Amino acid sequence: MHILVLLKMVPDVVEELEIAPGGKALDLEYLRMILSESDDHALEEALVLKERHDARITVLALDAPEVDDALFTALAKGADRAIKIVGMDAGLSTRQAARVFSQTIAHEPGILPVDLILTGVQAIDDLDGLIAPLVADDMGLPYLGIITRLDLDAPKHLALAVKEYPGAVRGEFEVNLPAVLGMQAAEKPPRYVPVAKVRATMKSRTVDCLPVPTLADGGWPAVQVVEMRRNEPAGHAEMLEGAPTQVSERLCGILAEHGLL
Amino acid sequence: MTGSICVLAEQWRGHMSEVTYETLALGREVADQLGIPLTAILTGSNARELARTLGAADSVLYVDHPLLAEPVPQPCAQALAQVMADRRPRALLVPLTNVSLGVSTLLSIRLGVAAVNFCKDLTVVDGQLRALCVMYGGKIEVTVEAGGEPAILGIWPGARPADKGRASRPASTIEQITVALEEPRVRLKKYIDPEAGDVDLSRQDVLVAVGRGIQSRDNLGLVEELAKTLGGAVAGSRPVIDQGWLPLSRQVGKSGLTVRPKLYIALGISGAPEHVEGMKDSGLIVAVNSDPRAPIFNIAHYGIVADVVETLPSLTAAIGAKRSVSHHA
Repeated sequence: MHILVLLKMVPDVVEELEIAPGGKALDLEYLRMILSESDDHALEEALVLKERHDARITVLALDAPEVDDALFTALAKGADRAIKIVGMDAGLSTRQAARVFSQTIAHEPGILPVDLILTGVQAIDDLDGLIAPLVADDMGLPYLGIITRLDLDAPKHLALAVKEYPGAVRGEFEVNLPAVLGMQAAEKPPRYVPVAKVRATMKSRTVDCLPVPTLADGGWPAVQVVEMRRNEPAGHAEMLEGAPTQVSERLCGILAEHGLL
Repeated sequence: MTGSICVLAEQWRGHMSEVTYETLALGREVADQLGIPLTAILTGSNARELARTLGAADSVLYVDHPLLAEPVPQPCAQALAQVMADRRPRALLVPLTNVSLGVSTLLSIRLGVAAVNFCKDLTVVDGQLRALCVMYGGKIEVTVEAGGEPAILGIWPGARPADKGRASRPASTIEQITVALEEPRVRLKKYIDPEAGDVDLSRQDVLVAVGRGIQSRDNLGLVEELAKTLGGAVAGSRPVIDQGWLPLSRQVGKSGLTVRPKLYIALGISGAPEHVEGMKDSGLIVAVNSDPRAPIFNIAHYGIVADVVETLPSLTAAIGAKRSVSHHA
């Protein structure tokens, strides 16, 4: 059983996001990049499946600031191989990124065969599509997203996946393998690995670097950004300021005025 | 349908989703501004009766196929591609929900056009359709043009009130379209409905909701204390549920419940669109967050920029004292 996990770095929105001159993109200079949250869950689910089914895990990521940390962390957690695709322009669209993933998987010796491809269901910058269905379509594989529980029936070449619906309803699906699944959340929170172990992994293991494949023209019209701006709080909320006790008293008064106390 | 604005009518488990009417209302506005017709497209099994509920559109195209009984993305996109192949509309609006997620991406590939995700609103500028999108967890807004037709636009729920997209009579034209679908490789086995027994959030007048800003499971006691003092219940956003700190039955938002309490106190919740979707219609919204730029302040009525854990004790004490006085008065 070979599980491939596709990882993508995204801006850490806890940090201040600045718009680049020109007003059409984020200013990359001050961005702190982190692993996309649902990709972290995809990795965790792969590790859970490895423990359960004796699987082999390969993690594949596009070059980006801090990506080495993410890849060595994945190795420290239990991934068997880490690959970084290098040499692409910065600021790839999601559609281009998906094409880089699928072309690398298809043409780079030693990656296929793959039984299962996991990635996050959606990243915070997926403006022009989602990685999982794009890769699935490119590779002619089945796709399902918003998965929160997953198991494998290896002899029957099936994945048993639970998908989230609205209203806390879940749907239990059977998916033919190989398949591409978009993970919303692993069945348990992503495991913690001590920094010391990641540092030790950096000394003892390597990340394989592969050149970006030459992409045939996608032939699709691109999304054109007219303007990007920070979503400033529009002043809708009346802000209560002061010491905690003063603010609490003020809020109490407001709740009382609304008949809520 | 050529040159029209189309809306994917989302149905699930035999019912039309509310978001369908919201999206139809938005589609109607845009179609009227462009002076072109509005078409609803419905895929499902036994879909004819549901097609009659889409009278806000000028016409309805529906596909009736047993393999479309459940909204699995690939067959749905396959059917839509066949419906749209010979009828090149200006745009297709697809609800951005857990039911329809993935459909717009797959359809855009099949049609060789662009998909735009995260659309909150649409406008027409000089005859061009522009989408206002919310990215990066609600922190960034971006105006885009799809750059080709048809534009496949993923629309967040809540774009317009659902009532604006309802009509008392069916559309004047309702046409069935036949499609050929491949054998499915993704099959629904069963639905799992939420277990009864826990608090029903949708029936609570007061909800105290916690997000990542609560920092640790150990701090939940402070939140429970505040909820108890207010006579309400504790709810949570996605990260808190994923951490296992609260059960699934307490999740508010896209995958959880939609709630409309009289009072919603959001503690350490950033206000990502997926969460806001589930609580934006609450009577009074109070948000506490250490980040003054947190998008939750865009929809809250009152906001406090502070550390949640440091604020909770004084808030609970003040409310407790006030309630005690009220009860003795």
